[in-house]
Parts: sequence; C-alpha cells; structure tokens
Amino acid sequence: MTRRDSYIGNPVERIEDLRFLRGRGQYIDDLQRDGMLYASVVRSAVAHGRISAIDTAAALAMRGVRAVITAADLGNTIPTIAVRSESQPSLDRVVQPVIARDKVRYVGEPVALVIADSAAIAEDAANVVDVDIEALPAVTGRAGLAAGAALLFEACASNRVAGLSAVRGDIEQAFKDAGYVRRETFQVHRHAAIPLETRGLVAEWDAVNNRLTLSGAAKVPFFVRAALAKMLELPEHAVDAVETDIGGGFGARGEFFPEDFLIPFAARRLNRPVKWVEDRREHLMATTHAREVECELEIACRRDGTILGLRGSAWANIGAYARPNAVTPSRNLAQMLPGPYRIPAVQLDVTLYVSNKTPVGTYRAPGRFEADFCRERLIDIAAAELGLDRVEMRRRNLVTAAEIPYALPQVLPYGGSGEFDSGEYSITLERCLVEIDWKTKSALQGKLIDGRYHGLGIGCYVEGGSAGPRENARLLLDAQGMVTVYVGASAVGQGLETVFAQIAADALEIPIEHIAAVHHGSTTGIHEGFGSFGSRASVMGGSAILVAAENLKQAIRDAAVARFSCVPQEVAIVDGLRAVTAGRRRLTLGELSVGGFAAAGTFHNVKRTYSYGTHAAHVSVDPRTGQVEILDYVAVEDVGRILNPNTLHGQTVGAIVQGLGGTLLEGMVYDEEGQLLTGSLAAYLIPCAVDFPRIRAIALEQYPSPLNPLGVKGAGEGGIIPVGGVVANAVASALSSLAVATNALPLSQARVWQLIENARAAKRA
Amino acid sequence: MQTKLNVNGKTHEVDVEPRLTLVDCLRHELGLTGTHVGCEHGVCGACTVIVDGKPARACLILAVQVDGAKIETVESLADGDTLAPLQVSFRRHHALQCGFCTPGMLMTAHALLSVEPDCGEARIREALSGNLCRCTGYIGIVEAVLEARAAYKTGRRGGTP
Repeated sequence: MTRRDSYIGNPVERIEDLRFLRGRGQYIDDLQRDGMLYASVVRSAVAHGRISAIDTAAALAMRGVRAVITAADLGNTIPTIAVRSESQPSLDRVVQPVIARDKVRYVGEPVALVIADSAAIAEDAANVVDVDIEALPAVTGRAGLAAGAALLFEACASNRVAGLSAVRGDIEQAFKDAGYVRRETFQVHRHAAIPLETRGLVAEWDAVNNRLTLSGAAKVPFFVRAALAKMLELPEHAVDAVETDIGGGFGARGEFFPEDFLIPFAARRLNRPVKWVEDRREHLMATTHAREVECELEIACRRDGTILGLRGSAWANIGAYARPNAVTPSRNLAQMLPGPYRIPAVQLDVTLYVSNKTPVGTYRAPGRFEADFCRERLIDIAAAELGLDRVEMRRRNLVTAAEIPYALPQVLPYGGSGEFDSGEYSITLERCLVEIDWKTKSALQGKLIDGRYHGLGIGCYVEGGSAGPRENARLLLDAQGMVTVYVGASAVGQGLETVFAQIAADALEIPIEHIAAVHHGSTTGIHEGFGSFGSRASVMGGSAILVAAENLKQAIRDAAVARFSCVPQEVAIVDGLRAVTAGRRRLTLGELSVGGFAAAGTFHNVKRTYSYGTHAAHVSVDPRTGQVEILDYVAVEDVGRILNPNTLHGQTVGAIVQGLGGTLLEGMVYDEEGQLLTGSLAAYLIPCAVDFPRIRAIALEQYPSPLNPLGVKGAGEGGIIPVGGVVANAVASALSSLAVATNALPLSQARVWQLIENARAAKRA
Repeated sequence: MQTKLNVNGKTHEVDVEPRLTLVDCLRHELGLTGTHVGCEHGVCGACTVIVDGKPARACLILAVQVDGAKIETVESLADGDTLAPLQVSFRRHHALQCGFCTPGMLMTAHALLSVEPDCGEARIREALSGNLCRCTGYIGIVEAVLEARAAYKTGRRGGTP
C-alpha cells in the first residue's frame, strides 16, 4: 500500500481556487435565468408596533412592477419557521411568520415583497409601499423581563419564552466545601457573522411538473427543502435546494429565513424565475445576530485553586422570534461553561427572552465563545484573589488523559450529556506558554512602556465537532476511471471540495486528478444530507466517503469475481481502479463494465469529537486612547489528525481574527426604541488587513479521535472560542495597576478608555 | 445613455441608465460576474477594479462616468487556464477561502504591485486595508502578495498589458 495517505495530511492546493481566482465562481447573484424577475423586501422601520394599513397602490402603478405580496396574499394561515435544534413546546408560540401580518417585532421584519422586471425597479417600488404602523413600546434588554414591560407576544404571559439548565454533581455541597467563593457578572454583546457575500436566492417554478428549484440554499439544504415543501404543500421530492458557491457562512447563512419561503412563493405565483439578493443594510438587520447574553456566575474553589463548582444564571436575548437556532447558543453556553476543566459540580440556569431586536442564531462557536469568556475571566479573577499563578491554576484543573472519557454536564430538559473523546489538555497549554515565551513576557505585565501598558492573557477551550446523526456519500466511477463524489455535507467556503477529494483519492488509492468533481450539499446529488454546522462536515462527510469507497471497491471486486469465475482472494484492483487482475488475467475497467460503477456509503455517529487548545495574547493598552494592540497572539490546538494543514491553518487564523473583531471592534448597537444604529459596514467594523497582523497558529496531532475511521476531530470553530476571554484577561493584566474589570464585551477603544477613566476617578475618590 | 467601456482590452458599447453603477454594468450588462458586490457603500472592496491603472470601487462609480476609460477586472489576470503569478501565489499561500473577496483583493494587489513591486509588508497591508475578508484573517493574503512581488519586478505580471 505505497499510496496510502498520500493526500491526507498534505497541504494540497485547493481545487476551488482555480475558479475563484479567475472570477469564475458561481455565487448566487451570478445566476441568470431567462425571464427572471427581481424581488425587493419591504421591511419594518419600527421595532414594535401594530400594522394598521399597507398601501401598495403606488408601487403597483409603477412600470415594470409585477406584484406586491403582503400577508393578505398568503391566506388565513401565515407559515411559520420552526425551530430546528433543541426546540421546546413554549417556543412554538414565538416562531417567526414568513411575513408580518398584524404586528412587527423588529426593525427589518418583512412586511411586503415587491416583484419587478429589474432589481432597480423593485427597489424603487419597495420605497413607495406605504406601511402604516402604530408604534408600541420597544423591549431591547433584560428590563423586558420586569413586570409591566411591553409584551412581544400577547399570548405569552412574559417575554421569557424558554429556559434550560446545565447540571453536574452536587452543587450545594461544592459551595459548602469551598474555602473561596467569588461571584461576578459578565456580558457578551450582540454581534454577528457578517459573511462577505450577503444572502440571496433564485427560485424557479416548473408549472408542467409542479416542481420548485431553490438556488442559494446553504448549510442545511435538506432541512430547507423539508421546511419549504411543507409550507408550499408540495412533496419533498418536488423541491430541490441547490447549493451555489457561497461567500462565507459562519453559522448564520442557510438556516430557514422568511425569504426562503417568500421568493419561492412569488416564483410559483408568477410562474417566473425570481431572484432576490439581500443588500448589506438588509443583511445587518435581517440575517441572524448572535452572542448577546448576560451571566451572573459564582465559582467555588479550595484555597489551593482546585475548582469545586461553578453555578449561576444567564439571560439570553434571542431577539424578536425563535429562529431555527435560537436555542443552540444557550444550550452550548450551559454545557460548555466548565470547558476543558475538571469542575465536579456545575449548575447554570439560562433564561431565553424575546426583545424587539433582530432574531439571533448561531455564529461560529455559538455559546462556546460566550462560555469561554466568562469562565476564563473568572479563573483569572479567582487566581489573583487567591494569590495563585493563573497558569498554575489552569494546569491544576485541566482534565487529564487518564480521566477521559469524561462526561460533560447534562443540559435539561434535553438530557444526554456526551463525553470528551480523547486528549491530554495540558499539552496545548504547555506548548502555548513556550511559543509565546510566557516566562520572559510575564515580567512585562502591568508595566507602562512608552506610554502603553503591557499585559498577557491566556485561556483554554474544547471544541465540540462532528455533529450526527449520520452523513451520506455516493461515488460514481466511470469506465475511464474518473470518480465523481457526492456528499450530503455542505460547503460554505471551507475548501471541502479539496478535502473530500483528498479523502476519496486516498481511500480509492487513485491520483487526485482522477477525481472529476465533488458535489456537496444540494438535494439533487444525493438522497439525504445533513449539511455543515457544528464542525461536522469533514468528519462526517469524510467518513461517509471512506465507507462509500470500500463499497465501491467491493462492487468492482464482485464484478471481477463474476467475470473471471475466480475466488475473491485472487482479484486485485490495479492501476488506480483502471484495471482488475486475477492471476495473469487482466481486464480494463471499461472491459469489466461499460457503465462504470457506483456505490453509496453512510457513516453513523452520535458522539461528538472534542479538539482542544490554548491561546495566549500579549497586548498593549494606550491609556490615553483606550486602544488595545495585539502585539503577539499564539494559538495551539490538538485536532487529532490534520486533513489539510493549509485549510486548517487558514480557518484557525480566520476564526481568531473574527474573534478579535468581536472582542475589540464589532457590535450591533440599538437605541432604546429598538432602532439599529449599525446599519452599514462603516458603522459595524469588521477587522481589516492592518488591524491584527501578528497571529500565530500551531496545530498538533497528538490525540486522534477514536470515534471515526479517519481519527479526525471537528476543527474550524476552535480558533474563535477563547479569544474574548484571552484578550479580556490580557487587557485586565495590562491595567492591573488601575484594577480595571474587563467583564463586559466589547473592549472597544471607547469602552476601554471609559474603564480607565472610571478606575482613575474611583482611585481619586 | 450610450457609453463606451474598454474592459480588459475589449471595447463594449452599452446603453445604460445614468444611475447604473459600474459594477452592475460589468456584472449584468457585460456578464463579467467575477467582480463582486459586498456592500454597495464603498467599504468592503469586493467590487474593486482597475480604472486607468488605479484601483477603484466599482460600486461607487457610475458606468457613464468611465466612458472611454480603460478598465481591468479579475477576468483579465489569467491567460486562459494559466494563472497569473499573483493568482498562483494566492493559491499557494491559501489566501482565499470562500473566494468572495478574492477578485477585489487581486485587483488591489495587482494595481499596487504594478507600480510598487518593491513594497514591504506594511505598505501591502495598508493598500489592502480597504478590502475586507471575513475568512482568512489576511495572513495568507499578505504572504501571497509579498511572494508575487518577484514576478512584477521581472515584468511577468500577467493581466492586460
């Protein structure tokens, strides 16, 4: 087996790049169809109110306008968008209708849809649709939970719409036994994924065959198909959800949004292809936001720093409706609160409440980013007060290889806890300390050098991956020996075509050039798929390819046995699948089968992989301006087995920079009336090329996962998980002389400056 | 309005509304969909093309404003299937993931290296700071541009001469 693993593990250059670099990608707005019409969505300008009238006359009178669709056109029952993950019965009352009928609940909520001959005409007409809304008081934060606050849903007694809890061990006993207890409040602010390509769709209705094709589906096309078919009252097989090239997902894109119904509805009603492409302002107010949560946490330790328990409450602002992933961040926050540490007792109660802001969903490492921020800050605070070294405190509490499998907290009401699969978590901590030269740089902590305070921060994490329940692959081998790969996992820009081609080529022992194409995600290529979320695509899709590859080879062997009339042991597949032999007899693939071969494979797995890592940062803070500069940032992760070091490194660095953006620059800002103030990329700042030039990422392959034949673990989200905590710890360390508490994100320049000013004022007082 | 556009060495005569942006004209009138639209307010840089040798945001320019100008888009860089040196470097350094910002990045870098093939990292980062990328964290992009300098110094830059 000389060819074994000649692609996996190597920095194979990406197949996708050949089209992307030449401007030949096919993103959603690149699709053109004959007779295509264009849609523009009329959105609520009011955060909370009752719709009293919608006047579409002026829009309909414009030349080139084909239709204006409002709730009145949808019949008596407006379809609603179900919660996809971790739903609770109480959430059924607060799911989002595909269009507002009586009430609007956030700025940006769809109220009407204009269809016209061009995008420009549609936008012009959308501007003259007159929507009369009687404004109601807006709920924007936790005050909405107080008695007497305006209710978003009159059918609910409160804006609290769901709850969940993480539990492990005897929490009361842990706090009784503790020699040290500390309570602190933390806030993570609302920010969002902001892929560079906005969302978009092209819907085509085939009136002859009663079929609908929706291009622009992403992340979970099979879920989109199922939901859409139900709403359109079509059988699932009459709907295709097609994945195009996608300009970034990061967890937000691809879940079912109102437009995923409205655009197909319009295409069917008008019997014409309809295109809709979100503009950036719409994106900022219509695509899911994320992360907004407040936590009151309490840690219980022995005086030697051994952590005994972690408990508290959290309040997650889920925005105006429970969208498909409204619960996932809260579930993850609860379960991942203890992270990679041995914390015997855990209790976190999370309240999910609605507000008049854009609904939330998942954004890369949902809940995990938030959990890491709170926990890693709390460990630093506890270590400082106990007079312990904060690295030593972490080292003492990290789960060891001997303790694995190690059970995670249960999350109620869901049950089932899961367990860490493999690892020695201290490995990445020790390596990270060496790489950043913690020992030498420790001397700089809190020092004022050339007008800037220097600080160090560190934080550890685990990253859950490989979400089940299963994934499917199908391989077609043509008579010339070229292989086409179909996988149910979706691509959102990660380079999956390349990674899947590497896996298939190695499994089939053929040159990668013999992989003719890799098709992913769309409902057209495979009978069932589960998409791309929870760091699952490579693990689950890749493992399914391995199963399919074995089945393909078996099919070839079976055919050869029949043709040669020999025993299976005599048959050999040679020349990279292009010939078979039995002793001296030999047949080419084309001679064996004119039509080639096909094989499918399914990989089942309900257990999660856990890669893990440690990040450290060296920052400086300018007390005159509040500016935080990242002087050095080191990430060390153990992903078990690396499929492609280029794509892994790229995703890790990219995730870190996203995390730095979320920590230092980004934020969705609302006023008290629920108006979004960050409606452009000039107001919502994402990192640019000059912001964070010094990032180093190191990936290890120390502990492969025992859960799949590749030994791989989910990766790609890990890079963002610890960033908030690491940077907040570094800023706190830099400003230790001022005793500044960095327990609320973002640490924007203005906020840090204010923290410094407040600390100085407190000192003077 | 009748407008004459010289795009990638080829002259196109188009009849467009005065309000049509250059990027919409390139994409939807001329079918050159390599140039992308990310924000339509001049921040993200995805729509960057080269107008008379200088990088420009095609979402902030009206097509009628560049009547007669020489415009280069991402489609001009490769010679058929043969990638230009800058594109080869991008691929080698994994300077792209989803690929959506890539055409704008390439054109900004191409414009920069065509006049400053000796520029250093700080200058490259400054020049690229008007092009947002949400995937890569920019490190691979900067490495790719640094490497591609060698080709520009020796006149093997690719693209429309």
